[in-house]
Formats: sequence, C-alpha cells, structure tokens
Amino acid sequence: MHSATNMPRSDTENVIPFVDSLVLSTNKRADHLLQLLVEIQQQYSYVPGKAILRLANQLGLPASEIRGVIAFYSFLYPVPQGDYQIHFSDNIIDRMSGSEALIQNLRKRLGVSLAEPRADGRVTVSTTSCIGMADHAPAALVNGYPLTKLDPQRIDRIAELVDNSVPVTEWPSNLFHVSSNVHRCDLLLSDSFESGSALSQLFETGAQKLLEELTISGLRGRGGAGFQTAQKWKMCRDTDASERYVICNADEGEPGSFKDRFLLETNADALIEGITLCGLITGAQKGLIYLRSEYRYLKQHLEESLTRRRTEGLLGKSILAHDGADFDIEIHLGAGAYICGEESALIESLEGKRGIPRNRPPYPISEGYLGKPSVVNNVATFFVASWIATRGGDWFATRGTTESIGTKLFSISGDCQHPGIYEFPFGLTIRELLDACGATETRAVQVTGPAGNLVLEDSFDRRLCYEDLPAGGSFMIFNKSRSLLDVVQYFSDFFAHESCGFCTPCRVGTSLIRDLVNKAHHGNATRQDYEQLDIIAEVMNSSSRCGLGHTASRPIMQAMQQAPDLFTHQGEKR
Amino acid sequence: MKMSFTLDGKSIPFKEGDTIMDAALNAGEYIPHLCHEPGFTPHGSCRLCLVSLDGRNISACTQPAVDGSVVESNTESINTIRRELVAMLFAEGVHICPVCEKSGSCKLQAVAYHVGLLTPRYTQFNPPGRLDASHPDMIIDFNRCILCELCVRASRDTDGKRVFSLSGRGIETSLVINSENGKLGDSLFEVTDKAAAICPVGAILPKHKGYELPIGERRYDISAIDDADLKSNRKSDE
Repeated sequence: MHSATNMPRSDTENVIPFVDSLVLSTNKRADHLLQLLVEIQQQYSYVPGKAILRLANQLGLPASEIRGVIAFYSFLYPVPQGDYQIHFSDNIIDRMSGSEALIQNLRKRLGVSLAEPRADGRVTVSTTSCIGMADHAPAALVNGYPLTKLDPQRIDRIAELVDNSVPVTEWPSNLFHVSSNVHRCDLLLSDSFESGSALSQLFETGAQKLLEELTISGLRGRGGAGFQTAQKWKMCRDTDASERYVICNADEGEPGSFKDRFLLETNADALIEGITLCGLITGAQKGLIYLRSEYRYLKQHLEESLTRRRTEGLLGKSILAHDGADFDIEIHLGAGAYICGEESALIESLEGKRGIPRNRPPYPISEGYLGKPSVVNNVATFFVASWIATRGGDWFATRGTTESIGTKLFSISGDCQHPGIYEFPFGLTIRELLDACGATETRAVQVTGPAGNLVLEDSFDRRLCYEDLPAGGSFMIFNKSRSLLDVVQYFSDFFAHESCGFCTPCRVGTSLIRDLVNKAHHGNATRQDYEQLDIIAEVMNSSSRCGLGHTASRPIMQAMQQAPDLFTHQGEKR
Repeated sequence: MKMSFTLDGKSIPFKEGDTIMDAALNAGEYIPHLCHEPGFTPHGSCRLCLVSLDGRNISACTQPAVDGSVVESNTESINTIRRELVAMLFAEGVHICPVCEKSGSCKLQAVAYHVGLLTPRYTQFNPPGRLDASHPDMIIDFNRCILCELCVRASRDTDGKRVFSLSGRGIETSLVINSENGKLGDSLFEVTDKAAAICPVGAILPKHKGYELPIGERRYDISAIDDADLKSNRKSDE
C-alpha cells in the first residue's frame, strides 16, 4: 500500500521496472509468485496484463499459469478496480446486522454496480466472505483496512469521503475502531505474557523437558483437527532432513471466527515466541506466518514485533546468545481463499500456486513446504504453547476435561448482548456459554462455523469438548426471529464459492447443493430433490479429496435432520 | 518377500511403489477411472477409482498399495457413488453424445455404461458455449472438458511444452492455454503432441476429418471399457 495516500496507482507506465524490482528482491523465485502478485495488486488495484507477461518471462512460468493463480484468489483481479476498493464482509452475521441494506445504500449513494468499478474508476463496492469481524458486524474493508460497526450514518460518511477523494489514511479513525471485546478471561488471558520467558525456559530445561510439558498439557491443535501438538513437533524433529519449516496458519477463514485476529493484534509476542519455540525444538531455521489477506492491515504491526524481537535477541541469529540457536520468521500474505486454511493447500499457496490440497500421504510433517518436513499449527496453538512453556503442563491441566485439557478461546457472535472473545475451560455447556454472553430467545447455534455443527435449543446441554461437541473458534448465535433456511442457504453458497474445484464431488456437488437448497428455501423443493440431497451428501462425504468436501453438505443435512418441518414442498405434505 | 493385497477377495501381487491402481491393472483387474492413465503422474481428481482400503475410502490411483490389506471396489455402495460421480460430470458439462465425434471411443460415455448410468440425474448446468477453433489441426470444446488434466500432464511431462493449465476456482475452474492471447492456434501445440491424443472425452478433437470410423465399430462399441482398457494395458506392457 502507498504510504503517502493508501491509494493504488491508475497508470501502468512503470509497471515493467516495478515488476523487475520486485522479482529481483525475491531472487527470481517462482515460488514467490503469489507474494509478487499481491504486491502488484496493491500497487495498481489489479494485476495488469503487462505485469503478467513480464512475470512469466522473468520467472520462467507460463503466462496461463499466472492467470490461473489470479483467477483462483478472490482478492486478485485481472482488470482495474476502483481507487477505493470496498469489500463488505458477507457472513450470515453481517447479513443479520443489516449489511445487505447498507450495501444497497452505499451503491446508490455512489452510483456504482456491485463488483464493478464506477465509470470514473474512483470506487468498487463488492462483497467477500467473512473478514473476521463478526463481533463488529456489519463490517467491510476499504483498501485492506477494516471499517467496523457500520450503520446508515457511517455509510453516508464513507460516501462523502469517497466523493471528496479523501485518502484512506485521512479518514476519521473511529470508522476503523476495533475493540478487543474480551468478556471472559481464564488461564491464558488473565496475565500478560512476558516476552522471552518461554525461550529462557527452553534453554534452562531443554527441548525434551519442554516437549514433556506440552504432552502433560494435552495441548491439541486449535485449528480444528485436534492433533496432539507435542507429537506433531516430535515427528517433525525426528524426520531426517537438512531443512525444516514451521508454519503458522493465520488464514482464519471460518465464518464467525476472529480469535486469531484478536491474538495477532493483542498477543503477537506470545504467538511469535511459540513459533520460535517450535523452530528451536524441531530444528527448523525458518518460520512462515501465512496471514490471510483480510488481516493485511496487521502485517505492519507483526513486522514491527518481529523487528523488535530481533533487536532483543529473541529472533534471528544466536537467540538469547546461544550459539547455533538460529531461527527467523517471514510473513506471507494470502489472497482470499478459504481452502488455504487446509494445511496442504496452505503450503501450495505458500509456494505461490493455486491453493489446491495435496494428496495425502505424504503429510506435511514429512514432506511439507518445498518438500521439507513442516509443522503447520494454528495461531492459537502457538500462543498456548508459549504459555505452557512458561508455566508448565500441570498449570494448563488444572482446567478442562480428560480428553480436552485446558482452556479455549471462543469467538462469539450473532444474537447476544456481548459478542466477543471468551476464554473458558473445555467442557462447558452451550447453555452456559449463551448465558455468559447474554443471549436470549436462542433458536440455534452454529459451533465451529459452517463445517461444524448446528445445535438446536433441545441440545443446549451438550458440552463443548472433544468428547461431545468439538469446538473450533467460531460460535454463532441465532435467535427465534431468524430463519434457519437463511442460515443454511448462506452456508451452502459459501461452500460453493470456496470449493477449490479439483475433485468432481466437491466441485459439482457444492453447486448442486446450493441450487437445491435455494429451491427448498423458496418452498419449491420436491421429495425427489430431498432424496437427491441425501445422495449428493453421501457422495461428497465418501469420495471428496479433502475436508471441505467431507463437510460441505453438513449444514443442509443437519438442518433437514433436526428441523424436518422446514423442508416441505408448499404443494405437498411430506 | 512377495507383497500382496486382496481386491474383492482376489489376491493381487504388487511391487514397492505400486499404487492400488497400478497393481490392479497389472493383475488384469479393472477399477473404473477417468483421470488416470498408466505412466502418468497420479492425479486423483475424478474420484471414480474410489475404493475402500481396510474400511477407509481412498482413490486407488493415488494410494500406495499396502501389504496384507483388504481392498473393496466392486460393491453396491461404491458403484452407486461412481454412478453419481459420472452423473455429476454429465450435468456439469455439455455432453452431446449423439453427435459427438468421440462417441463410441469416449471414456466418459463408456464408463457411464459400465456404472449403469443410462439417463441424466441432475439438472444440467448449461454453461455458455466456449470453443477454440484457432488451431489449424485441432479444436477444443471446453464444455466437453472434464478437468482430468491429462492434457496438462502430457504437455508438461511428455511434450515438454506446458501448453495447458487449469485456471480459476470451484465450478469456475477451466482449462486454459498458454499463449499470449490464450488461443490454441497461438501456442506451441502440435497435432503430433502426446497431449493431442490423450483427451479421454471429446474436448480436444482433430479437424479435417469426422466419423472416419463408423459408429458401431469404435473402441468401446466392440468391447466394454473394462475389457478394452485392460487389453490395451497388456499390449503396452509387451
């Protein structure tokens, strides 16, 4: 982003020298393609054709493959966008907060069609999947910066600012205000993390002892799959290789989740220390943070933290003056693709390619980034690991249940008085969580986002833990005024939009489901349509290549099972 | 020590590095597939070769064979899934079998017969027509493409040209051509390329000739796909 104006350039006269200098700065590495495209996009509001041909020539890649990468990612464009690029977050929570009317308003005020630049090139208004601001809904991004808690007055103000060509950096700061919204603290959030404490502990007690503490803590990956963290790190360390990598998955794309955004913003030190810890334990020399495009505005803050830690001897060569303890971290940006939260797709994306999940085995732990053993963990996992290193495994194990040890950060949004971050021990019931956030008249909650579980009122005594309902970050609340069909329709659209398209069942199945759900939503689905939904779900569950395909049919199937009354043909009784 | 697994109760020997598909085809057992071709890098996108390996569903073309394992392929539930997968491909594209030059030697059509798919099952997506007739010898109908990437792999790995690649995401995924204007005629593609002969369906077709071999005398008219493909697999071994 231009430091002076935060506005992209419209003339592409100097595109060739610009591309050349970028290519040179990355040593002509073709695996940096995506990072180069992101920079070009930021500079020009799109990736000009001239830039594509130049990149092809400089990197030795077919131009068609570069175009293919651009077409894969939602935030890369082959045609000019507006000087102001406004992306409204289009999560179901944003819609419930009135985003659709606000989008209409703004488009009318500015005289612009959805997703098309205005004739004078001034502005584009479009929608995008959840931007990780469900506790600040409705929200949007303008040139990468989050606009929060939008309402008609704010929309008026934004339209004025655009009309008057006020650079984004000069927009009133209250439009961008992001509050921490922490409503319950437990072990992890009660204290502030002392920078360097985990690394000192590592050098004092040794890697083996720290792994034992991690094992005692029972820490499981916070990204969703719930793999034992200590075991993953050990496996990576024990794989014979000359190089290893530590990858932090900061591609928090699950609609309704924002705990990682909160941690990146307010707890960067503990996070970075966790990544460093993993590097030193596994013998990796390089760490990568894959930061989702929607969180690009946090990159500078993270870079500053990295720089500070280098001067403090907590990162880089000879960490804490220990010879050979070398580890550094680089930030890579995503470009808008939910599938890149899947670890092997994330690695493909890090290597500059379309984010298509890989065939597994081999797993990243043996062949990951650039074919080398790689640990991929979620932001929250590294954050917790730092705390466990400092305070010990027993400290963490004072909370939780037998199989779900410790505490967990929940991102709570939707129909409640206090949306935000809640740290609770594992094992609490949904009802307890609803009471804590001031939710009343609740019809349903969606636990762990669209790929998780729909839970209706009669099951609010279920517990959030691996033994009962596995809980990722996202917890979305729907009260009795909401239509479950709206929710299911939104989730089905989401999966059709985010399927990578590689395998038949997911590529075609998600679109078939979207269309059939749409039919059901309008009360026009027949019994045969419902039978088809059953079959498509079965085909996707059993034959898809990755988790997205395995879970994409869940919203409709769970709704049909739990609320069959919603699914009747208007003209017939089931 | 000899390694083997059982496929639908039959013992299948294999050697180190073989996938379930390699071993099955070598032993003369057919597992339905579209994106797989012996000698090519395994891909695993069509999912037709779905089998159950010790109770876990996996694609036979990408899964290394495991000594002593139990693989099931020809079961009612797996065949149902295969039939639906083929039906999905038919719904996604525009497959005009009655007039298609490839009819009778098309793998999609032949495999549809094999899995018992005789009528359409899903609402047709009817994508807008997209044709590239810019090349002097070959033509591409993108709506008949099933995204198996055999041409992508053949051009890259055998012809050394990288003429084809996939672009986009989800249902918008499409085959694209590497040339300045994106047209086939402007690319390095030649009629003698491996990529020109590999298309399992009627997406990449030769110009200047049509129906030279009458329908009724074509590859899968003479024998069904399981026999025909196993036979040619044996020939290529000899």
